[in-house]
Amino acid sequence: MAVTSTDSPTPGGRADLLRACRDAAIAGLVTLGMMLPLIGFRTVQNINNELVLETRPGLLLTMILIVVAGSLVISLVIRPWRQRKAAAHVAGESVQRAHVRATIAKYLTPFAIGFVLVYPILSIVFAGWQGSVKWVDNFGIQVLIYVMLGWGLNIVVGLAGLLDLGYVAFYAVGAYSYALLAKEFGLSFWILLPLAGCLSAFWGILLGFPVLRLRGDYLAIVTLAFGEIIRLVLINWVSFTNGYAGISGIPRPTFFGIPFNANDDGFAAVFGLEFTPMYRTLFLYYVIVGLALLTAFVTLRLRKLPVGRAWEALREDEIACRSLGVNTTNTKLTAFAMGAMFAGFAGSFFAARQGFISPESFTFMESAMIVAIVVLGGMGSMIGVAIAAVAMIGGTEIMRDMDFLKQIFGNSFDPTQYRMLLFGLAMVLIMIWKPRGLISTREPSTFLKERKTVAASFVKEGRG
Amino acid sequence: MEIFVQQLINGITLGSIYGLIAIGYTMVFGIIGMVNFAHGDVFMVSAFVALIASLILTTWLGISSVFLSLLIVLICAMLITSLISWTIERLAYRPLRGSFRLAPLISAIGMSIFLMNFVQVAQGPRNKPIPPFFQNVIVVMEKDGYEVTLAYKQIVIWAVTAILLAAFWYLVSKTSLGRAQRACEQDQNMASLVGVDVDRTISVTFIIGAALAAVAGTLYLMYYGVVSFADGFVPGIKAFTAAVLGGIGSLPGALLGGLLIGLIETMWSAYFSIDYKDVAAFSILVVTLIFLPQGLLGRPEVEKV
Repeated sequence: MAVTSTDSPTPGGRADLLRACRDAAIAGLVTLGMMLPLIGFRTVQNINNELVLETRPGLLLTMILIVVAGSLVISLVIRPWRQRKAAAHVAGESVQRAHVRATIAKYLTPFAIGFVLVYPILSIVFAGWQGSVKWVDNFGIQVLIYVMLGWGLNIVVGLAGLLDLGYVAFYAVGAYSYALLAKEFGLSFWILLPLAGCLSAFWGILLGFPVLRLRGDYLAIVTLAFGEIIRLVLINWVSFTNGYAGISGIPRPTFFGIPFNANDDGFAAVFGLEFTPMYRTLFLYYVIVGLALLTAFVTLRLRKLPVGRAWEALREDEIACRSLGVNTTNTKLTAFAMGAMFAGFAGSFFAARQGFISPESFTFMESAMIVAIVVLGGMGSMIGVAIAAVAMIGGTEIMRDMDFLKQIFGNSFDPTQYRMLLFGLAMVLIMIWKPRGLISTREPSTFLKERKTVAASFVKEGRG
Repeated sequence: MEIFVQQLINGITLGSIYGLIAIGYTMVFGIIGMVNFAHGDVFMVSAFVALIASLILTTWLGISSVFLSLLIVLICAMLITSLISWTIERLAYRPLRGSFRLAPLISAIGMSIFLMNFVQVAQGPRNKPIPPFFQNVIVVMEKDGYEVTLAYKQIVIWAVTAILLAAFWYLVSKTSLGRAQRACEQDQNMASLVGVDVDRTISVTFIIGAALAAVAGTLYLMYYGVVSFADGFVPGIKAFTAAVLGGIGSLPGALLGGLLIGLIETMWSAYFSIDYKDVAAFSILVVTLIFLPQGLLGRPEVEKV
């Protein structure tokens, strides 16, 4: 946390040291000022329901010391190191490094797909039938849902360059479509999956129409407002959606008509296996793997079609696009529709997997999370988005059961509280560290003779 | 009629609070073209600072004069919130200046999530009620047993808003600081060529925005008597709506937009449906941006190649 920075390379460590100390002192004072009310005091309700104050001087002091130490480390270790690195920087190196990364990426994809396919088997081998439920369901399926949502949003944000902060609305449309149609009409998962996708795509076009003229921040805010409107309608239209209480008892998906239960006509009995609830989890796992791969495949193919090229052209320069005769209306609407469709698939899968949905699952925080995954992964980069989803969702899921932290910080310490805190912090830090995301290079979709990686500095995107 | 007058009073009160927050949005957007998404959460943080300051004053120091304690609380909240906002700008936004256009917005969304959860972790997830500051009301009109009342706290809100806005207007239009600010708004390169410290001016913009948000936060706490960690999001969006409605970048527009949003919200709740009042506010945002993107008092944005 360096507060002042006047970087002139001064000879002699003494001046540097003095300046570092001054910076650290200022940082400490600023922290004291900022944290005095919020950390120094804690408001608690006593038995008379009145608010009273408790003081936490120890915590405040610890925090200030951490900041001071961090500031000293930054100005004495990290900053000189970065300056040396910048001095030794050779032009063209970043392009070279991008090539190396692209080579890694080439072998990463088949490896990652293979790993995802054998992951449940591995987790059964290592954690046993009982223990692997957590790893396959809470971890695998959860991460894959977000990978799929990230890839879906990647079409809108990464390819077409339209920042959509209300993406979760389409996820909600998919989930409610499945829940309501399956409960009211008893339709099966495999009929409703495409239907929910179509309904979401329809909503994508519907909400896309009015925002065609908007760009950048304005577009982001309007989509946010749409997302919130849909959630508020879901909450308040009680006769249709059952409001806050949500919809429970949603029919679970079957193995092409064979239910996953312990009955005689259940999956285990039909195939002559011993019954465990794990079969359904495994089935759901492979369904979401299939859906995610479908998303990736469709996106990759679409990038090579005229519509995909129009998306990317639109992202780079809308005015140039229009003057070349690209129909921007259709281009934007197809991007919205495609993105929304995949959210609809993911939504109906989510409803089928949970068996219960409520508006609580479709808050703005969810949209922000998906946007964060896309942006942090590197907009437009499929592998980057997948890595970001694994890191962010997997990381926060792992935080749920980090019991060893309790031994350090005491029993009242609850790591799940810090999930979103760290999530927000990670968003800010990654933006500062790598504003173009983890993987900032791009594979061109068309090339002359030889495929060359497009280095980050040539990728202009997200101007929307 | 009586209901209308009562809602008018309530609406102007609510609108003053939205207007104060909206100025922060509109100034930051005017000067660096960024939607400061964390501004709503800065407002919420300021309400917490005010809460803690008022608890210290009343329970520890035993200051009984309401006006004196309100004044001290206001000053504390303004100072500390400004410091927080300055630090946020310094750490989370300044390194991203000159980066691609969405980077500051994403950083601001991250900051918003961070602030909200920070307050939740530091102060607990429950609602925080405080004893009311002013309880007296003035009966303005009475007809058939229905009393139209004007609470003292509403008068305080109007007065504080008016005084603060006058001071703020003086600062922006008459001082060299305000001149530097307007210069940066027009052309940052040119401003820096004629000796305006652009970085400092932007910092000051964030500080002024946060100070006004802190006033709004203190008044909000005083008006509703309760605050929770999640209270930043919806008022933040509504204040942003106000800024857009008034014409983003325009200071009188922000106040006008705030008053309009406050009035529309209270009227909607009174005459149509209280459940859908947030839907109404969000719909106004959508409709304004689509049909009147330059807002009521703003200049239309010219698209250049």
